[in-house]
Amino acid sequence: MTATGLAPSIAPTERWDVERIRQDFPALHQQVHGKPLVYLDSAATSQKPRAVIDALVAYYTADNANVHRGVHLLSERATEAYEGARGRIQRHLNAASAREIVFVRQATEAINLVAASFGRCFVQAGDEIVISAIEHHANIVPWQMLCEDRGARLRVVPVDDRGDLLMEEYARLLGRRTKLVAITQVSNALGTVTPIREIIGLAHAQSVPVLVDGAQAVPHLPIDVQALDCDFYVFSGHKAYGPTGIGVLYGKERWLDRMPPYQGGGDMIKVVTFDRTVYNDLPYKFEAGTPHIAGAIGLAAALDYLDALGLDRIDAYEHDLLRHGTALLTAIPGLRLIGTARHKAAVLSFVLDGVHAHDLGTILDQHGVAVRAGHHCAMPVMQRFGVPATARASLAFYNTRAELETLAAAIEHAREMLA
Amino acid sequence: MSDLRELYQQTILDHHRKPRNFRPLEAANRRAEGFNPLCGDQITLALRVEDGVIRDAAFQGSGCAIAKAAASMLTGSVIGLRPEEAERLFRRVHAMLTGEANGAADLGKLAVFAGVREFPGRVKCVTLAWHTLRAALAGAATPVSTE
Repeated sequence: MTATGLAPSIAPTERWDVERIRQDFPALHQQVHGKPLVYLDSAATSQKPRAVIDALVAYYTADNANVHRGVHLLSERATEAYEGARGRIQRHLNAASAREIVFVRQATEAINLVAASFGRCFVQAGDEIVISAIEHHANIVPWQMLCEDRGARLRVVPVDDRGDLLMEEYARLLGRRTKLVAITQVSNALGTVTPIREIIGLAHAQSVPVLVDGAQAVPHLPIDVQALDCDFYVFSGHKAYGPTGIGVLYGKERWLDRMPPYQGGGDMIKVVTFDRTVYNDLPYKFEAGTPHIAGAIGLAAALDYLDALGLDRIDAYEHDLLRHGTALLTAIPGLRLIGTARHKAAVLSFVLDGVHAHDLGTILDQHGVAVRAGHHCAMPVMQRFGVPATARASLAFYNTRAELETLAAAIEHAREMLA
Repeated sequence: MSDLRELYQQTILDHHRKPRNFRPLEAANRRAEGFNPLCGDQITLALRVEDGVIRDAAFQGSGCAIAKAAASMLTGSVIGLRPEEAERLFRRVHAMLTGEANGAADLGKLAVFAGVREFPGRVKCVTLAWHTLRAALAGAATPVSTE
């Protein structure tokens, strides 16, 4: 069985009808603290469409078995569905081959895999890794650990006050010692969409490979890894309407081939004796142990759903929401948006005079509005902008203009209470 | 919304807007830093302990309304106490916040934090100052963390 999932409530040719789309997401229809849920925390994790939930249930109900092992029918069906999901992801990213698609737990694990494996192979004392000032901790700490281990040096591309990367500084940081550039495509804390093609082009001009953190990009933008020409691309399923616990590492075959395994165990081997082990081919060399089979199938269903809605239409609708939200929030006295990059994805990060983000989060929650309050796993971003924390409303295509108005009213209430 | 009023009681809002003992304490002989990595709240607590009694207490730093009010009211509550009395007070506040004790009958002004019990995610905002107090009294050299 291949996971096909249910089609979204609206066809690509129909008018965008957010109320019908919302019907596809069961979790959105509930009350919290006696108020209708306004879910504005999709950058932390998105809600799941019925198509994804049904794909998980169908797999566990009918096909559950281990992959790549049994000769029995269920194992064959599970293997077919799991490998079908890999093919689905390959098509979504337009990767050249399914061998370049490695299933991991999430973007974090994908980055750790590259840091450990690529790092062990290619990074020596005195080498440099370039990241940016707006990275998530997941794209900072693994490189710090690698640098500490190898005696290498971490270089950081600074950002301006809007949250845009300083590209001249970036170009200056690239050099003979640079072994890898690892930069986000969309910032989780600020919403900045980075000029990723230019970033990759400048690095490649110096023969430096590039890892793109696509955790916040895949839910919003169409991705073509061959057009980008990135060397690695990572993302998490759960932010892209799929299940938690499944993520993807895309790597160019010529890199993955030369990289040693990340973890040892079953499935990643061809032959094991106590004298030596022959590693499996790509991508299995990097998939030790029983994988998250259901998660991969659920992620494929999520991508089916996204493609059926149309990422171009999603992008257009979310930008309309972002404009509306920006206008509503900037009209609130004492509110300051953190992150005003020229190109932004659906994130509204802000601080309010006299009201700490944590208090704001609690008060908004009582209004039914779910936002994230804190440092968003990006403490250096908070330091750069001189704030201890921000409140972040992150938007998805299932949000409405009316929900943003509820957000604005709840912020006003917090201001009246505390400021 | 009634829970919100329980949480942000007038006394708490008053201490948030006008924190008491929010000042440097140059004569301090006990000092500790507390940090909540989840939200970035950070306070420094300074004490002057003489003849086995906390003679003065002051704090500095940044935090949410609950954390600031908690630190403000803590300083007011522990001045004049012996360290072991302050420790017993901490235990009673903690028991109130975690629901181990019923009500807050004998906590005086500190009973205003009883509403925080309904907001488990905010309990650490209150306890940050108290953990920092314990670290200061114990002479801890490294900052304490709520995590």
